[in-house]
Amino acid sequence: MSDFTNEHMMLVILGAAIATYLTRIGGYLLLSVVSDIPPRAEAALNAIPAAVLTTLVAPAFYATGWEGKLAIAAALLVGLRYKSPLPMIAVGWVIVMVCRRFIIG
Amino acid sequence: MTSDTDFLSGLRSGLVPALSAAPFGMLFGAVAVAQGLSITETSLMSLTIFAGASQLVGVELFGHRVAAWLIIASIVAVNFRHVLYSAAIMPAIRHFSMPKKLTAFFLLTDPQFAETLKRFEATGHVSFSWYLGVGAALYGLWNIMTLVGATIGGFISDPEALGLDILLPIYFLNLVVGFRHRTNYAPVVAVSALGSILAYATIGSPWHVSVGAVAGIALAAILPPKKREAAS
Repeated sequence: MSDFTNEHMMLVILGAAIATYLTRIGGYLLLSVVSDIPPRAEAALNAIPAAVLTTLVAPAFYATGWEGKLAIAAALLVGLRYKSPLPMIAVGWVIVMVCRRFIIG
Repeated sequence: MTSDTDFLSGLRSGLVPALSAAPFGMLFGAVAVAQGLSITETSLMSLTIFAGASQLVGVELFGHRVAAWLIIASIVAVNFRHVLYSAAIMPAIRHFSMPKKLTAFFLLTDPQFAETLKRFEATGHVSFSWYLGVGAALYGLWNIMTLVGATIGGFISDPEALGLDILLPIYFLNLVVGFRHRTNYAPVVAVSALGSILAYATIGSPWHVSVGAVAGIALAAILPPKKREAAS
C-alpha cells in the first residue's frame, strides 16, 4: 500500500501527465531552438532508459527467491531471441507457477 | 479518400498494435489497484499519461514509497524517447494545423509513431483523420483494458500465489533488452544493476532507483563519446 494521500496521488498523476506531454512535444520544440546537442550530453540522454529500467529489474532479481531468479534468467534468454514481451512473460510466469505449486508449496 | 474512410483505415491500422498492447493495459490496471490506487486514479493515469511502460514504472514506484519528484522524473525518463519521436515525425505531420499538431503529439505512442512513419513512407501523405483513427484504436482499447484490469485486480488478494510479482520485472527486462544495440549498453546496464542492488541492500528501497540510474547515466557521460548514431 502507498502512503500517498488521495490529493497528493492525483497531483503526482497530473504532474506525470503534463511531463509526459512535454516529452511528446519536446522534439518539435527542440528542433525549432537547438540544432546540435553536445556528444556527451547526447550519450547521457541516450543511456537514461536502459539505466532507469535496469534498476527495476536487478534488485527484483536480487530480492526474489530462487524460483524467481530462475524465471527472470529464463526470460532473459527468451528475450534475446524474441522482441515481443509476451514470450518472456509467458516463460517466466510458467516457471514461477510450476515451482511454487509443485516444488515450494 | 474522404476523412471518414481515412479514419476507418486508421482504426484498422491501429487495431493490431492496440490488441497486442491490451494484455499490458490489463496488467497495468491490475497492478495499479494491487499497489493501492483507486480505480479512478488508475483510469486517470491511462487517460492522461497514456504511455504504458511509464505507467507501469510509475505504479511500481508508488509501491516503493518514492518521493513524488522521483516518480515524475522516472516516468519522464521512460518517456524520453518521445522527444526523438516528435522530432522524427515532423515531416509526416508538418501540414497539420497547430491544434491538430498538439492533439497528434498527445497521441504519440510507440505504435502510433511506427504506423505513421510506415504510412508516410508508403503513400507520402498522412491525413489527420487517419492519424486520429490509429490513435483512437490505441487510446480506446488501452483505456478499456485498464478498466477491465483494475476491476479484476480488486479481487486479487495474494499476487504471489498468482505469480504476478514476477510479471513486472520481466516486462521491464524486456524493455532493457530492447535497448541492447545502443552505444555503451553493456557497461551502462552492468553499472546500473550493480549500483541499484548495492543501494537496495544497504540504504534501502526508494533509493536504489535513483542511485542505480545516476550511476549508469554518469558512466555514459564519462565514457569516450562515439560517432553520432541513429537513435532507436
